[in-house]
Amino acid sequence: MNAPHTLRLDAEALYDNLLKGVRRLIEPDTVLVGVWSGGAWLAERLQRDLSLAAPHGVISSALHRDDFSSRGMAATKAASTQLPFEVDGRRILLIDDVLYTGRTTRAVINEMFDFGRPASVALAVLVDRGGRELPIEPAFSAARITLPANERVSLDRADDGRFQFHFERD
Amino acid sequence: MSTPVSIRKPQRNPQLNQHGELIHLLSTEGLPKAIIHQILDTAETFLSVNEREVKKVPLLRGKSVFNLFFENSTRTRTTFEIAAKRLSADVINLDIARSSAAKGESLLDTIANLSAMSADMFVVRHSESGAPYLIAQHVAPHVHVVNAGDGRHAHPTQALLDMYTIRHFKKDFTNLTVAIVGDIVHSRVARSNIHALTTLGVPEVRVVGPRTLVPGDLRDMGVRVCHSMEEGIKDADVVIMLRLQNERMSGGMLPSSGEFFKEFGLTDAKLALARPDAIVMHPGPINRGVEIASSVADGKQSVILPQVTFGIAVRMAVMSILAGNEA
Repeated sequence: MNAPHTLRLDAEALYDNLLKGVRRLIEPDTVLVGVWSGGAWLAERLQRDLSLAAPHGVISSALHRDDFSSRGMAATKAASTQLPFEVDGRRILLIDDVLYTGRTTRAVINEMFDFGRPASVALAVLVDRGGRELPIEPAFSAARITLPANERVSLDRADDGRFQFHFERD
Repeated sequence: MSTPVSIRKPQRNPQLNQHGELIHLLSTEGLPKAIIHQILDTAETFLSVNEREVKKVPLLRGKSVFNLFFENSTRTRTTFEIAAKRLSADVINLDIARSSAAKGESLLDTIANLSAMSADMFVVRHSESGAPYLIAQHVAPHVHVVNAGDGRHAHPTQALLDMYTIRHFKKDFTNLTVAIVGDIVHSRVARSNIHALTTLGVPEVRVVGPRTLVPGDLRDMGVRVCHSMEEGIKDADVVIMLRLQNERMSGGMLPSSGEFFKEFGLTDAKLALARPDAIVMHPGPINRGVEIASSVADGKQSVILPQVTFGIAVRMAVMSILAGNEA
């Protein structure tokens, strides 16, 4: 259910901002890896808009979540990690839609290391909503916002590929 | 499906908790379609884990899985062991047939003792139908039971890996003809497969074999009973061969294994009756020249070895789903 509220976030405008930030961060051997699901859409579009030669990857936190014992298995086949390149020695730029506690980032970094030893891992996000519970900081965030703890924000992708934010309240 | 009005209180499915989540895997009978698909989808995720540099994920870290095999089966036990280890569980193999049960300890006393050793999951193989149900009724809420084959009753993980294999090669269940051939009456694999196939909407399931091994009352399970290979195999998309279970047969059901092969063994000539793209499956271990010709078992339509690979991923899926749910 969409919760009524006053915060207006233009996902498309923020995407333009993210594109500029990511352009500055990439080096010749950088590959983009999107965190499933919102981050994967962003990585796919960034890959296209930046005309990067290397394919982008998709990574899922499902197999390394720290709340598995309380929340159980939430896997769908769409959520499986696909890294169509050698991870060893690569510069990885993780892309995510919303950065909050940092627990998902921790999980996907662990997932990444199951495939090899990257040269470095950095993170760029569309929205940083604060509230970190782990020492994780993004190299770039297109916006910083503050939300009450009972509100969730995530990215939606319309059929025409345009992004918009989706808010929920517990 | 409509059921007659019952004056008894409807019994809750012992495999599911009150939220409809899987807490034990005992049988494919009564397993909701959505849960079967959840298991198959999750298995797809795990299949790729076997191709990683690190073939291990931490979902069952700190959990203890006890393999309780009251009946010997090295292969099934090994696949459960690999699956549990790839999920980072500690695995304890108990050769019960040669230990406590032989000393006269009752099944429930064995379970109580092992529970006191902080078991989180029991994988149970037993020659008595229903033994895993009995165990599931007596374990603590956080403990899960997986039936790895009980008597002639059920072998749900085998059926699920068969469903995975069929979905992998055929994509859709709702336009398939599946033939299960051989010793149906003694086969928990056949029974579990029939339940899973009908739940998934397979329009035609055939059971094929001699009258002694394929009784007519199997029709009650919603399958077509065939006593000849010509009728049974014709235009099938999937042919599941069963092992002739000599150890379960008490005399007089078959003249000889040679005669069985002549009538019901899968040869290239008989397989030619099926669809050209039909796949051939077998739960293993295969008896070459008894129920299946070597040229078929090793032929290009055979998916017997992929079944084994899928079996690990499916067992990982089952254990990880169970471990995340509570009674």
